[in-house]
Amino acid sequence: MTPATHFAEREHLICTVSRVIEEEKSYWVGGGGEPLYSILLAQRLYASGVQYMTEDGVIAPQSMMPWDPLMTMVASRAGYRALQWGTMNTAGNFAQLGYVDVGILNTLQVDRYGNINSTVLGEYEGGQGRRFGGPGGADTIAAQCWRTILMTDQQKRKFPERVDFISSPGFLDGPGAREASGLPPGTGPWRVFTPWAMFGYEEKSCELMLMAISPFVTVDMVLAEMSFEPKIAPTIETLDPPMEEELEIIRTQLDTDGQTTGRGQWIEKRDDKYVFAETQGRE
Amino acid sequence: MSPTTRTLTLLNPLLLTEPAPNSNEPFRIGARIEEGPPKRKADTHGKRGQETCHRSLAALARLLGLWYLGGTLSRIRKGFVRRLLHMEILAEGQGAYLPPDPDGFRAWVRDNKPRTLVHKVVSEDEAIEKFVSDGDYVAYDCNYFQRGPSSLIREIIRQKKKDLWVCGKFTYVALALLVEGGCATRADIGFVGFGPWLSKAVAAGRLQTYEYSNVVMTYRLQAGAQGLPFIGVRSFGGTAGFSQSGAKLVKDPFSGKPVVLLPALNPDVSIIHVHQADVYGNARVFGTGISHVDCALASKRVIVSAEEIIETDEFRRDPARTSIPHFTVDAVVHAPFGAYPGTVQGRYASDVQHVVECFGGTMRGDLQPYLEKWVYSVDSHAEMLEKRVGWKKLQELQRRETIREGYSI
Repeated sequence: MTPATHFAEREHLICTVSRVIEEEKSYWVGGGGEPLYSILLAQRLYASGVQYMTEDGVIAPQSMMPWDPLMTMVASRAGYRALQWGTMNTAGNFAQLGYVDVGILNTLQVDRYGNINSTVLGEYEGGQGRRFGGPGGADTIAAQCWRTILMTDQQKRKFPERVDFISSPGFLDGPGAREASGLPPGTGPWRVFTPWAMFGYEEKSCELMLMAISPFVTVDMVLAEMSFEPKIAPTIETLDPPMEEELEIIRTQLDTDGQTTGRGQWIEKRDDKYVFAETQGRE
Repeated sequence: MSPTTRTLTLLNPLLLTEPAPNSNEPFRIGARIEEGPPKRKADTHGKRGQETCHRSLAALARLLGLWYLGGTLSRIRKGFVRRLLHMEILAEGQGAYLPPDPDGFRAWVRDNKPRTLVHKVVSEDEAIEKFVSDGDYVAYDCNYFQRGPSSLIREIIRQKKKDLWVCGKFTYVALALLVEGGCATRADIGFVGFGPWLSKAVAAGRLQTYEYSNVVMTYRLQAGAQGLPFIGVRSFGGTAGFSQSGAKLVKDPFSGKPVVLLPALNPDVSIIHVHQADVYGNARVFGTGISHVDCALASKRVIVSAEEIIETDEFRRDPARTSIPHFTVDAVVHAPFGAYPGTVQGRYASDVQHVVECFGGTMRGDLQPYLEKWVYSVDSHAEMLEKRVGWKKLQELQRRETIREGYSI
């Protein structure tokens, strides 16, 4: 594979996540955007047999791309050549039974304990906050899959100390809180990926921990785009850039109109270094 | 979230005499079952008529036995009543919810649902007029863009139904249209397409929301479809949505572990779009779906709109493919392109331009031009298709739906 020289940061995010997808694990993928593109890219390059399901009870599809806008579920192309068609409770039951290893989601906000907000920015009470769509299937995914992968942008407002509203559960208040709330033991947040970094969780404290950064940022740049100081792993790895082969699939088969990857900044390789294409830092 | 704690007293159906396994605390157990009555010895004196004596003794023993058995059963029953298990509520949401009433639902079914094959095909305006009332709790399966009952949603808005409480699961724009059309004032939220319309409606008090998740809502419908008052789930606990819902976190009386209970949901009316139906309401859905069968079973009134009306004999020839049985259905509306602008798998693709126009309205926070063009200014679905869409576009949508495998068409 050939390392790319020009790419969008969200393309980099999708490529990074596609490389952690394992063929022998089962996945529940949130309804569209980066999570679906990550697993579809993995199917095409790294884990051709990997099976995923979606919230509408589509089990192990070999979906036909591309899709019309919003047609990620209850649509013939998205559910093409599945092994089974069920309903929403089919998906819910499989996860509740323990059949689903990994859930992949994107989110509006994620906090120190991996709690997810997709309901409201600001105060819920009184109705003055800015409202969003609610958890959808994410609450079930985050509660019941053995591991949860989150995808979001590296922005200060997306990493508050505490989310404004817990739509879907991370570790809630810390160790033991999930079990005390009736969630199955042994489940919970596993990784958070942004275009700039990869986070895990410190086992003892259940707190977010920076593990790796992208080749075009520094640790300080990542920390500057968070509202709290995460734990830092003893060694910080550097993530590989996207490969040309990955980008070709994203651009020609998956996000063909750039709806998802078109946002964010461009990166280029200049003097053997990866740098932001126009201006350093965020817009 | 500060958990409110109170106790719920339930009859313990099992003779629990030991702490539950895996529990730190034993259940609080009522009085132990008392010992049986003292045994009375039969009089075995007398030397005459041994046989008679034996017979008398045997009869007496039987009487005593019956008395003893009856007494014991009565005591066990009383023991059950005394044996109160205090099932602790560890936390509970503060959201209002449609109160589950499984007995009321059974009585409704007994009194209202026909047991014979009754012709139920009606026009869309008659179906909505007759079966959707102001103040109803309304569920729709799928949504305005994906095999949903879009033509019936538009008819609800056209008839200006009021004060509806909407099951807002798996939804892009249907709730927005119902709120902006002045029809819906309350919603249980799983996922709804958001945008300025939502923030504005909530801030202005035009929409009261209660928070759930998609699967939590379909589990509530499943409990409703099973005739149960509630269902336990291993999700939703610990979230802020839980606090704004009708759910409760209790100590499972069997294991002692915390478990979330959701109130069952029995909507007043469900509207469901299907591939095929017969005139009696037997219906087939091909491909994946959200909760169409549970919606039909759980709802007091059910309106099915169908792409195609087929012969009942077709159902008899292939009964395994019947998704919804006729006796749950109250009205059948023949609605070709009934999911337009959405897709129906195996039949037609979504109208991308229309989807963008409608979704754009929710994102801009101004849906009135959309409602005027596609709902108010036409009298019916048929007129909308004829005047606003046109046969050429409909043919194109059919052509663009290239995948037929699995949809039996």
